[in-house]
Amino acid sequence: MHATNILLNSSTNRTPRSLRWRVVDIVVASVIGVASGLIFIVWNQASNPLSAVLSPVLPGLQALLGGGWLFAAVLGGLIIRKPGAALFTELLAAVVSALVGNEWGALTLVSGVVQGIGAELVFALFLYANYRVYVAILAGVGAGLALAINDLLLWYPGSSSEFSTIYVASAVVSGAVLAGLLSWLAMRGLARTGALNRFAAGREITREV
Amino acid sequence: MSTVSATIAAPTKNGIDRVNPVAKLGAALVLAVVLVLTIDWVSAAVALACELVLFLWVGLSARTFFTRTALVWIAAPATGLTTLLYGKAAGDVYWSIGLIQITDGSIGLAIATTLRVLAIGLPAVVLFITVDPTDLADGLAQVVKLPARFVLGGLAGLRLVGLFLDDWRALELARRARGIADGHLLRRLAGQAFALLVLSIRRGSKLATAMEARGFGAPTQRTWARISPFGWREWALIGLGLAIALLAVGVSIATGSWNFVLA
Amino acid sequence: MTSPSSQSSVAGASIDARGWGWRHAGRRAFAVSGLDLRIEPGERILLLGPSGAGKSTLLHALAGVLGGDDEGEQTGELRISGSRPDAARGQVGLVLQDPDSQVILARVGDDVAFGCENLGVPRDEIWLRVADALRMVGLDLPLNHPTSRLSGGQKQRLALAGVLAMRPSLILLDEPTANLDPDGVREVRDSVARVLDATAATFVVIEHRVEVWRHLVNRVVVLDAGGGVAADGRPDEVLAIQGERLAQAGVWVPGVRHALPARHRMPGGNGGAASAPLLEAQNLAVARVKGVEVARAIDLRVQPGAALALTGPNGAGKSTLALTLAGLLKPSDGRVVAGPDLARGASASPIDWKSRLLLTRIGTVFQDPEHQFVAGTVRAELSVGPKALGVADAEIATRVDRLLARLRLDHLAEANPFTLSGGEKRRLSVATVLASAPRVLILDEPTFGQDFRTWQEIVILLTELLDEGTALVAVSHDPEFVAAIADDRYRLDAPVPVVVDR
Repeated sequence: MHATNILLNSSTNRTPRSLRWRVVDIVVASVIGVASGLIFIVWNQASNPLSAVLSPVLPGLQALLGGGWLFAAVLGGLIIRKPGAALFTELLAAVVSALVGNEWGALTLVSGVVQGIGAELVFALFLYANYRVYVAILAGVGAGLALAINDLLLWYPGSSSEFSTIYVASAVVSGAVLAGLLSWLAMRGLARTGALNRFAAGREITREV
Repeated sequence: MSTVSATIAAPTKNGIDRVNPVAKLGAALVLAVVLVLTIDWVSAAVALACELVLFLWVGLSARTFFTRTALVWIAAPATGLTTLLYGKAAGDVYWSIGLIQITDGSIGLAIATTLRVLAIGLPAVVLFITVDPTDLADGLAQVVKLPARFVLGGLAGLRLVGLFLDDWRALELARRARGIADGHLLRRLAGQAFALLVLSIRRGSKLATAMEARGFGAPTQRTWARISPFGWREWALIGLGLAIALLAVGVSIATGSWNFVLA
Repeated sequence: MTSPSSQSSVAGASIDARGWGWRHAGRRAFAVSGLDLRIEPGERILLLGPSGAGKSTLLHALAGVLGGDDEGEQTGELRISGSRPDAARGQVGLVLQDPDSQVILARVGDDVAFGCENLGVPRDEIWLRVADALRMVGLDLPLNHPTSRLSGGQKQRLALAGVLAMRPSLILLDEPTANLDPDGVREVRDSVARVLDATAATFVVIEHRVEVWRHLVNRVVVLDAGGGVAADGRPDEVLAIQGERLAQAGVWVPGVRHALPARHRMPGGNGGAASAPLLEAQNLAVARVKGVEVARAIDLRVQPGAALALTGPNGAGKSTLALTLAGLLKPSDGRVVAGPDLARGASASPIDWKSRLLLTRIGTVFQDPEHQFVAGTVRAELSVGPKALGVADAEIATRVDRLLARLRLDHLAEANPFTLSGGEKRRLSVATVLASAPRVLILDEPTFGQDFRTWQEIVILLTELLDEGTALVAVSHDPEFVAAIADDRYRLDAPVPVVVDR
């Protein structure tokens, strides 16, 4: 018969929530950022010629593709759940894109920071405690808004107001759906595979099952 | 594939790869931020001219240069075209359909935008493809003093790129073998991307354990095995970037075509 | 001139476990419970036990990498030389199973130096230690050699060097050779032997291939699935007493051999040179990347009811050849010809077939089962193939149930494929291929890293398939597997890749 000292209440009910970044948080955030950045690069390389041809007829609607760019930020925030996660993940995706070479040059990093902050602010507003689907969608909206402001200031500064409005609206919609909703679904799917076992996102699912 | 070479720096003639990546980042950023403040063709053209001269000096092969900057060459006229059609209207109107309005103003803006994308995008590519990620991480942590845990954690994730590509190829073959590679390209790609995320996060978790087992993340003050030098070469590069930017702005103001973005 | 604190001057650590247990957060059962164990400084220990007995958990706990209170629950006490594991981090070195996931930096020297940097070792001493560590493991490479270009065995030795550079008093190896080919296993074992000669550190290794480590350890500890120690003593004694039980738990115990199933050739003379080949390679050259051929002038035949083993050293192109035969990679030169029996109306070249046609003709089992998972539950996974073929739902259900039973996966029918254990994943990947009943089955390293029990099951399953008339092509560097299964062998020699313009 051995002595046991069972900690009170711990893991079965509420796990003590820590906002300090562990090593696994940093590395997995980096992985998510890098993987998302890669997926985006492939998409960018494939769609750029296409959108170059289509953009004349799409006044501002090309921003609908922007959500793929913002995916990293929201997914990072949803999985890691620590302050700065959305920003860090998005920044890493931006670094990957910049190192490979793209049309935005050094300003890619600026975009990454701005867009990351867009999503980060939403998570902060909810005190880093709420990760339900509507928060994810709102984070996508925030990032989309940031993307639109960033692009309009840096790349389309001379645009007519109709163009700008459509651009903002498209970016927001894209952010909500592609970055917000899709990221949330991806997070749940990932949790079911057991890949997120070391994260609160993963343990949420197993408790329900 | 060019993404793998993101982890291996491209070889150059004049040793620009030995310059601290932080300086390269700084130079590109300084140049970009200044150029972005105005939208006129003079500043962009001056900057572009100086840059093209310097590119010859850096000594990248033409083939490498054009493959890696391809996206810039495609995006520049595309952005220009968009601005041409939807730019702020000013002066004579040449064509107008729906929301499209080609005017004097939008033509001017379009040219300026195209040159600007080139002036900002090209030097960044040339500078960045000669960057070794480990050196960049060292620089960011030692020179810019960003927190080491995040910089090194980020670097570790970046290093897994090669493995991600191997996984992606295997995933593609596997889907063909499983009989589902025939239709629905988008759905298949989405499924593949998801599988890649699963495998990558798994790898990341294992890597994190390995790093922790080597003492990473402990409260001890860490030392650096590699030095990240920041000397005259680095300051010279940043100075060069600044000089080009100021020259471009100067000429633009002198010729009266300075056009502040937020005006 | 060795640096002031060389590895040989480091004393071993002692380990004390008193009623120790750990439960991962999110799981109901304890991974380990009620463990009482004392390890003296300098002992060399082989840790055995069935999977799920918590061996890995114990090693991770000793290295201090299990995570804090939010990641699980600890009972009892675990001490390394008197202090708690998280206080002793720099003194413990852990080498893990997966070679790729342990490489941290891009250059050999930097990777080995990483641990020292984290411990705050002054710069000059770091590089002395790096050179020392690389010499100890026998890795004779320049410091800026890219780590991505190392073989599996080299990567594991690199990890070991990285650990040694920290001058640990406790060296832990968690299945270090499970994912390596025989050459790699030998390399790692020799490295460890050299290290153990030079150091007094305590050493604990987990492995299910006992033969590799038997002569390097002086004590064997067997953990019980329910928690606690099942056996503890000198290697010969423990293996003699517990041998049978261990073999049943999946350990490769030297001296314990189980009879392998006999092959029954079906009447009608399937198999052997008499029947028409299902698949044939004619002057085939294969390449993974366009233009870089890794093997050429390959001629071979795949007969129904017969097994062909592709053997050869690492990098010789075995996997590439297998994938080309499977119709997944384009031949660089020459042809892969499908016999009329196999093609059944489609063209004679598998690479031209649509992937749905491949399903009922050639099935491929990849080296890493996880690459093949496409669905959310085991049941859905098994239904993917038949669904793509348009089979009726009722028929799909029957087939799936039959496969689940045959491969003992019934209790996992609703589980997510990624959550399965290594052996279960392997069985699932084979089952998914069988769901569409192909006539040719191509397997890439089917017994890679598997314990004895899974190994046996696979051999039995493949023998049954052969008896039913399926043709097998297996890439394998496992000599016992080849001996057990193969009717023919095709050996690929070390590659001299040539870039060609085709």
